[in-house]
Amino acid sequence: MRHTLSVSVENEPGVLSRVVGLFSGRGFNIESLNVAPTLEEGVSLMTITTVGDEQIIEQIVKQLRKLVTVIKVVDLTELKAVEREMVMLKVNAEDAKRAEILRIVDIFRCKVVDVSVDELTLEVTGDHGKTEALINLLARFGIKEIARTGTVAMKRALQA
Amino acid sequence: MELTGAQIFLECLRKEGVEVVFGYPGGAIIDIYDQIPNYPFKHILVRHEQGAVHAADGYARATGDVGVCLVTSGPGATNAVTGIATAYMDSIPVVCFTGQVPTPLIGNDAFQEVDIVGITRPCTKHNYLVKDIKDLAFTVRQAFYLARSGRPGPIVVDLPKDIMQTKAEFIWPEDVSLRSYNPNLLPHTGQIKKVAKLIEQAERPIIYAGGGVISGGAEDELTWLAKSLNIPVTATLMGLGSFPGNDPLWLGMLGMHGTYAANMAINNADLVLAIGARFDDRVTGKVDTFAPKATLVHIDIDPTSIQKNVAVHVPLVADCKSALSALKAEMEPNLDAVKAEEDHAVWVRQVQQWAETHPLRYKKGGKHIKPQYVVEKVYEISNGDAIVATEVGQNQMWAAQFYKFKKSKSFLSSGGLGTMGYGLPAAIGAQMAFPDKLVVNIAGDGSIQMNIQEMMTAVCNNLPIKIVILNNGYLGMVRQWQELFYNRNYCETCMDAQPDFVKLAEAYGAVGFRVTEEKDVVPVLTEAFALPKTCIIDVRVDPEENVYPMVPAGASLTDMLLV
Ligand SMILES: Cc1ncc(C[n+]2csc(CCOP(=O)(O)OP(=O)(O)O)c2C)c(N)n1
Ligand SMILES: [Mg+2]
Repeated sequence: MRHTLSVSVENEPGVLSRVVGLFSGRGFNIESLNVAPTLEEGVSLMTITTVGDEQIIEQIVKQLRKLVTVIKVVDLTELKAVEREMVMLKVNAEDAKRAEILRIVDIFRCKVVDVSVDELTLEVTGDHGKTEALINLLARFGIKEIARTGTVAMKRALQA
Repeated sequence: MELTGAQIFLECLRKEGVEVVFGYPGGAIIDIYDQIPNYPFKHILVRHEQGAVHAADGYARATGDVGVCLVTSGPGATNAVTGIATAYMDSIPVVCFTGQVPTPLIGNDAFQEVDIVGITRPCTKHNYLVKDIKDLAFTVRQAFYLARSGRPGPIVVDLPKDIMQTKAEFIWPEDVSLRSYNPNLLPHTGQIKKVAKLIEQAERPIIYAGGGVISGGAEDELTWLAKSLNIPVTATLMGLGSFPGNDPLWLGMLGMHGTYAANMAINNADLVLAIGARFDDRVTGKVDTFAPKATLVHIDIDPTSIQKNVAVHVPLVADCKSALSALKAEMEPNLDAVKAEEDHAVWVRQVQQWAETHPLRYKKGGKHIKPQYVVEKVYEISNGDAIVATEVGQNQMWAAQFYKFKKSKSFLSSGGLGTMGYGLPAAIGAQMAFPDKLVVNIAGDGSIQMNIQEMMTAVCNNLPIKIVILNNGYLGMVRQWQELFYNRNYCETCMDAQPDFVKLAEAYGAVGFRVTEEKDVVPVLTEAFALPKTCIIDVRVDPEENVYPMVPAGASLTDMLLV
């Protein structure tokens, strides 16, 4: 199963390689990884999505906690959380197909951020399910390029 | 008053109470060496940086304190890596200080530059590059704190040359706590009650002790538990000495070269108490069939060890000493010693019967000296009071099987990494810590050549280490696998082209003995052990003797090959 982990770390040189090295060294996989500073000085937040059975996820969480520079690890999959990813896609859009693509853009509430004679560049934000659905839908037009931020996530205020 | 970085560093070592540093100088670390004569600790100049780390490691294992080593940048640092990885795999508190090129040159492929922090990231508990003189004292303090607290392990601190030359005020940080590191895990009361209940109800309990009992200082609590509840004890290689090896409840080591009794007991137990152990594959054999009838209780300080290799029923995260003390406090008031004894009497008798039908044994009376016999004699002549270091291979297993360790911290062996060349430098570290104790390195003819240069270190420091080479002319353990599992294809394991170890000893200024007949084993060992000098005793043993019992890799513990 896919898990989203929220990992607070000391913002110091090498902390990213410690985390990434842990995954590669122990044969865990990283599906996406996002790192950025938080409001608290000296603390960065990593959002890692990974896939594995319960035992592997438990190991990953415990191994991350064991790293001296990791402050906190939360498995958001076990909580109510909001997840978002931004994806940019460059899609083939000859005249005949353009209208249909734009309809999909509408339905998914994407934005067109760049246009050329036969291409559209789209920006979409959503959870993993939504972005995957859009990518699947657009695949038949021919996606020429894709760039994604990886998931960022946050626990919801109300957990009940 | 302002001090240089080198002086601040050495002041920190003084504050930490360091008594011995094992090291080797070089350009990047010369500023520290320049100041060493002004400080009170002893510096032992090794002959190879790997030796420095193993010596610090041997010192740490023998004392329980942090071992310290100091090496230069580049090749000095890379030479240390095997030692660091060895300490990492066995959770040994070692702090290794490495020289580094000046900070402005870092990243430029400067002369003798290597990214040792990057290289050692996966084989240290933590590591540091000190980039600012203001961080120096705190980093050194943290390094010692991290090395010894929680689950111990090696720490590398990389010291750029310019930082060692910069001046600053020396401020010793009193507080060393870190928000991201909390090593004091106290046992969960509910779990303690659960474990106590399980022990009370068990009919066939067994204790499986690991190195965590020793690093956690929980030997007395373990002994209390076993003795007052009449529970047989087995241990891993790392756990040898955690329980007296001459006690009737002692079953010997378990696992691949464990005793018949220990492996059978694990297989038939209804309760396995794993204490400070980590279910290593050399211990469990095939995991699916490990302790099939038992409820598994796992006490360990490291949460990652729990549920890693084997699914356990009752995990208890805590250091072994607090866990076992809590268990004792829970159980002692209601303890009925007579009942406990009777409860497990049938089981203990069964276990002892296994030990009687298949004790550790070997075929006697052939034309060759048997290596096991040599270890038995080392045990007898030393009264079981020696500190025994080993190399790796058959020699290591025979030492583990036939020397009965009465006390903890008396067996120094590379368990997790299995590093040939560990024993001699580790013995040096132990002898530095205990100048008056008998320190024996049980060695193989192959392994001893991996750090033989440390003979010079031993001799010039007047360390009366006894190196007993179980000389079979083979990389014996590999040959054993080739014999048993590779159709006797002894490819590249015959090492009968070897130096004359007696002359080699003499060349280093040590004393050399050669033993080729069984009748000479006792007199020569006796003579050598009494000499206040470094000695090599080259014992020519049966070249094709094997270590038994043996559970082939990946097989169940009950599938033992026996003598
Ligand atoms: C540094 C290193 N290289 C290779 C090995 C693989 N290995 C394990 S045991 C062994 C043979 C050791 O030979 P020797 O020291 O003569 O001991 P014996 O088994 O003969 O007692 C070898 C090569 C190892 N453990 N460590
Ligand atoms: Mg050999």
